[in-house]
Amino acid sequence: MAVEALKPDFADTGEQLEKQSASHKQEQVGRATFRVWRGDSTGGKLVDYTTQVTEGMVVLDAIHQIQADQANDLAVRWNCKAGKCGSCSAEVNGNPRLMCMTRLNDLNLEEPVTVEPMRAFPAVRDLVTDVSWNFTVKKRIKRFKPRPPDAPDGTWRMAQADIGRVQEFRKCIECYLCQDVCHVLRDHHKHDSFIGPRFLVYVAALEMHPLDTENRIAELKEAHGVGYCNITKCCTAVCPENITITDNAIIPLKERVVDEFFDPIARLVRLVRGKR
Amino acid sequence: MTDYQTHDHDVLVIGAGGAGLRAAIEAAASGVSVGLVCKSLLGKAHTVMAEGGVAAALANVDDRDNWRVHFADTMRGGQYVNNWRMAELHAREAPERVRELEAWGALFDRTDDGRILQRNFGGHRYPRLAHVGDRTGLEMIRTLQDHGVHQGIDVHMEVTILSLLMDGDRVAGAFGYDRERGRFRLFRAKAVVLATGGIGRAYSITSNSWEYTGDGHALAYHAGAALQDMEFVQFHPTGMVWPPSVRGILVTEGVRGEGGVLKNREGRRFMFDDIPENYRSQTADTPEEGWSYTQGDKNARRPPELLTRDHVARCIVREVREGRGSPHGGVYLDIAWIKERLPKAAEHIRRKLPSMYHQFKQLADIDITTTPMEVGPTTHYIMGGIRVDGDTQMSTVPGLYAAGECAAGLHGANRLGGNSLSDLLVFGKRAGEFAAKFAKEAHDTRIDAGQLEETAAIALEPFSRNGSPGEGPFQVQQDLQTMMQDLVGIVRTDSEMQRALEGIGKLGDRARRAGVQGNREYNPGWHTALDLPNLLTISEAITRSAIERKESRGGHFRDDYQDKDPAFGINVLVRKGAGGEMQLSREAIPALPPELKQIIEEMK
Ligand SMILES: Cc1cc2nc3c(=O)[nH]c(=O)nc-3n(C[C@H](O)[C@H](O)[C@H](O)COP(=O)(O)OP(=O)(O)OC[C@H]3O[C@@H](n4cnc5c(N)ncnc54)[C@H](O)[C@@H]3O)c2cc1C
Ligand code: SF4
Ligand code: SF4
Ligand code: FES
Repeated sequence: MAVEALKPDFADTGEQLEKQSASHKQEQVGRATFRVWRGDSTGGKLVDYTTQVTEGMVVLDAIHQIQADQANDLAVRWNCKAGKCGSCSAEVNGNPRLMCMTRLNDLNLEEPVTVEPMRAFPAVRDLVTDVSWNFTVKKRIKRFKPRPPDAPDGTWRMAQADIGRVQEFRKCIECYLCQDVCHVLRDHHKHDSFIGPRFLVYVAALEMHPLDTENRIAELKEAHGVGYCNITKCCTAVCPENITITDNAIIPLKERVVDEFFDPIARLVRLVRGKR
Repeated sequence: MTDYQTHDHDVLVIGAGGAGLRAAIEAAASGVSVGLVCKSLLGKAHTVMAEGGVAAALANVDDRDNWRVHFADTMRGGQYVNNWRMAELHAREAPERVRELEAWGALFDRTDDGRILQRNFGGHRYPRLAHVGDRTGLEMIRTLQDHGVHQGIDVHMEVTILSLLMDGDRVAGAFGYDRERGRFRLFRAKAVVLATGGIGRAYSITSNSWEYTGDGHALAYHAGAALQDMEFVQFHPTGMVWPPSVRGILVTEGVRGEGGVLKNREGRRFMFDDIPENYRSQTADTPEEGWSYTQGDKNARRPPELLTRDHVARCIVREVREGRGSPHGGVYLDIAWIKERLPKAAEHIRRKLPSMYHQFKQLADIDITTTPMEVGPTTHYIMGGIRVDGDTQMSTVPGLYAAGECAAGLHGANRLGGNSLSDLLVFGKRAGEFAAKFAKEAHDTRIDAGQLEETAAIALEPFSRNGSPGEGPFQVQQDLQTMMQDLVGIVRTDSEMQRALEGIGKLGDRARRAGVQGNREYNPGWHTALDLPNLLTISEAITRSAIERKESRGGHFRDDYQDKDPAFGINVLVRKGAGGEMQLSREAIPALPPELKQIIEEMK
């Protein structure tokens, strides 16, 4: 059997293993400084903490270590520690990242590592921001409305090939890093008129769901403000789930809006042939 | 006088994982007003982390499957101390609950003929787990959340409940604080559903998040409800072991379901060495047969890697103890080997197990399509919990319900993979339905101001103790976790557990002295200090129950009583005594009705 696959040399000794990790990226073991934003809605400042670094650590581990040993009241959100829940979003050296998936050996530890909260949302305390706006936006989007079941037992038939795209969108862990990086929200504060990349992905998932019969195109143009997006693709670049937000979700939605409002023939064809 | 905000609901649901969301949806649908509270943001509960799938006898992949087989599998896995009524209802209703998710927008992976695809998992006779790659929990919680927000449920996010309020022996609401500002909140309700999940944070190596401090168990216990079978803790055989910072993070059983095999440092598939008698007839004789099974051959039997979790975890512990483990104290889980059998194996692995691929690549620098993973047992789930009525999910306290991981009964001594997500749906719905019914028929309740003042005063105490950084709540929590891991872990003995009881007492003293710095706004030190009493309560309940059960069964293994003892075909109950002390008792399990008994006999 597949014993060779086990690579006996690897299974062998701790010594081998050390070699193996040395052959990976440089592992730093020692001390490193983290420059963490401490404050609340009235303001704050960066505070330096120096802590021990060991193999395999991620930024969230360092923050937890600082919290346990030096600053019990350092506020941070987290749950899964494995990139699955989207709680630990922050800006590490200015880049929107999940702290639990940011390895220290990918950072330059010669310099202090800055850790700040997401800047597109109001500060609550330290690394925790007020993301409640996102929850109100979602409520405004028309819910899923399936066609009648295909089979007498109340179930539907869908081919795997037809749901791949929507499954990509449904990988979203609602970390809101894309919302954080989008200039329409971050710099222009269009929170009232633009739902942001996360919710464009959400609308796309509903619109492209093979069973859905609702039409959200009018809102997309008006209330959801899809027109504000000028396809800078910054959202796609930061998505930890590697969702191709711009190309696969936003651009097709923009095309639907164009079809619906500016191309009467396409609209007629669609009316005759059903939604899609 | 304490300052607090008051909220009125007919039904209050505590916990917004799968069970809490499903309960809230059901209660709201029946027309009562519903409040839903959770410690994290909505959609971040444990359910989001579930990977492998949700078990339901849909029979889409193997038409020999039906509820009777699922029932028998669940009872066998639980070693027959399950609440058989729950096991029956669960097996019967799970398919409907899963289909309902599809009607609410969930998109499960598909079979060739366009139906919901199902995969193999340990202890399930046929491929039974509906799934979405290895992110099934995300699909489930998001579907429930997105459906739920349109149901008129009042969601109170980042609110922690500190105590249940009583009116006589009936529940009247709950009292807690919002994490963001630290302000107190009073929730008045006619019925309360606990859906608070598990206890994993009592151990140092765990797949569970900070939320899992056994709050619901402790809340129910202090309200006078009985806890049941708290000794049955599930140690999942495959958690990550290296690097240290990821120790305990789960590696889904789906890896083994897709053909992954366990090997020791000598390269031996040690799972073939020890196959329990009651599973022998269902287990493959050769690696060849095992592989065929994972590839859907209906005539093949499952490989021994897919035996129940308690057994696989103990085999791994044995290999490590006997010096055949991997460099970091685990064993090897190898899925890369399937390249010998499948063309495009690497692509196949990435498609079937995308988040495992991602997790190892990013956190351990390991490419699972070429290199075996190092894995070892991790504290994962508690089968025991709040004792409930099988049909209604009401606890032994009137008006107080429990569903999901915090409730006991369905899984007996060991839970089968995938049976939790289905548990949440089936019994979340039932709890919501019956809590709403109770609320409709109930009189208004009276809140006892004294009880509320007392809770508030205790909650603020940590601030008045000048905490030293060397001895904060985090240190006490860590020491408790290490102790429970060492003394009340996978292999238990009386003497070690007696030491644990002593230790819990001392840690309790330390917890009562630990102070916190800062103010009430989003203060993790304070939050941890408030979670500590719950952790201590459930650690004591687990330890005392484990001492009481002088046999080995399912997740509970005693070095000093290594065999199963028919005399222990009972439930161990824990209640709070009149003087505040923990009282244990043994409760006989009602006899199985003949129809169910017959099913079990037929499928032996
Ligand atoms: C990594 C991982 C993978 C898993 N994979 C699978 C799988 O493939 N299949 C399967 O069937 N099972 C799986 N499980 C088990 C399953 O996910 C859990 O048992 C299940 O999700 C628990 O759901 P729940 O609704 O009971 O609780 P949770 O989803 O944990 O929700 C608990 C809720 O209670 C809230 N809460 C707790 N205490 C309080 C308090 N004091 N005040 C207010 N709110 C409170 C929390 O904030 C949270 O919202 C897995 C578990 C883990 C950890
Ligand atoms: S592509 Fe559009 S949505 Fe994405 S960041 Fe740029 S402007 Fe925002
Ligand atoms: S689309 Fe990506 S970046 Fe945006 S919230 Fe979802 S997972 Fe995060
Ligand atoms: S803690 Fe869940 S994504 Fe980081």
